[in-house]
Amino acid sequence: MATPLPTPGVGRASADPDPGGGCASCALAPDAARLARLGLDPGRYSYVVALAGNPNTGKSTVFNALTGLRQHVGNWAGKTVARAEGGFSYGGVGYRIIDLPGTYSLLSASADEDIARDVLLFGRPDVTLVVVDATRLERNLPLVLQIRQITGRVVVALNLVDEARRHGITVDVRHLTRELGVPVVATAARRGEGLPDLLAAIEQVATTDDPPPPMRLVHHDPELERAVAALAEQVAARFPTLPNTRWVALRLLEGDPGIEAAVRDGTLGDLAAPRVAAAEVQG
Amino acid sequence: MTLDELPRGDRAVVTALDIRGGARRRLMDLGLLPGAAVHAELTSPLGDPTAYDVRGALVVLRRDQARAVHVEPEDR
Repeated sequence: MATPLPTPGVGRASADPDPGGGCASCALAPDAARLARLGLDPGRYSYVVALAGNPNTGKSTVFNALTGLRQHVGNWAGKTVARAEGGFSYGGVGYRIIDLPGTYSLLSASADEDIARDVLLFGRPDVTLVVVDATRLERNLPLVLQIRQITGRVVVALNLVDEARRHGITVDVRHLTRELGVPVVATAARRGEGLPDLLAAIEQVATTDDPPPPMRLVHHDPELERAVAALAEQVAARFPTLPNTRWVALRLLEGDPGIEAAVRDGTLGDLAAPRVAAAEVQG
Repeated sequence: MTLDELPRGDRAVVTALDIRGGARRRLMDLGLLPGAAVHAELTSPLGDPTAYDVRGALVVLRRDQARAVHVEPEDR
C-alpha cells in the first residue's frame, strides 16, 4: 500500500487564520485547510492516536470523520483480532489512529477488552482519545478515570452533544476539563461538530513535552493505603522507570491476572521504556 | 432483598455486592455499585436471565449473578 501521501492543503509555516475553529463552514468540513484524511494508509506518521470508549459512544464515527473511511467497524466479538487502523494528516504532520473495541473498563477482561487494554497499557500511544456519550456521562466516566490513572496524554471527546441537547442535558465542559486535567471537547461527530477543536486538542497533547501526570486516586482506608504503598515500592524497585507504580500495585492487590502476567514475564517494563522522540519515528 | 427478587418493572438501589474477585469487578464495571439505581426491565420467557437498566444501559444478568447484588427496593 505505497500510495503517495496526499499533500496537505496548507503548509505548516502558514498561519492558521482561525485557530480555534468554530465557523459555520468549519463545522461541516473540519478545519479543511489543515486536515487531510489518509484513509487506510497513514503513510509516514509521527504520532499514534488510540481511540477508546464505551460501546456505542460513536468511536467509529469519530474514526471515520478523521480518516475519511466509511468502514463499519463494529465486529469485535469473538476471537478474530483485527484492529481497525487508519491515518490522517493535520497541520502537515501524520497521525496513525487505532480504533479499539468498545470497553467499559480496563480492569475486568473480556477478550475484546483485553485488546483495548493491551494497546492502552503497553502500546503507549502518543494520545489516547476517549470518546464518551454526553447523554450517559455517569456510565462513561469510570473508563476516563481509569485511563487518566495510566497516562496524562488524553483527550476526551464529549460526543453526541446534539443528542444530549435534545434531552435537555448540558455538560459543563470547562469544569470537566479542570477536574480531569486534560482537554475535553464537545463533539457531534456525525455532523462534524467540534472536530476542528478536537484536532487542535489532539495536536496539543501529541506535541507537548510536559503532559499532566497520571491521576492518583487517594484511598481513605489507611490499611489499603499502606498495602498499596508497600507493594508500589517493590514494583518501583523492579521497574525503576515505571511511571504508575501505584496503579500496578492496586491491580496486583486486586488479583488482576493480566497485570500479574505482565509483572512475571517482564512486559510491564514496556510501560516504563522512555517515549521515542517523534523526530526519530518520522525519519 | 437481592436483585433477582426484584419484580419486573420495579426500581431499587444497590446496597452491597456479595461476591468476590473477577465477578465482583465485572459487576462494578457494568455500573452496579452501592448507590446505583436499577430497574428490572425485561425477563426472558423462562424467567432467567433478566435485563436491568443500570445508569442508562441494559445489563443482562443470570439469576445467580443477580442474587449477589443486594438492593433496597424503591417505595411505590
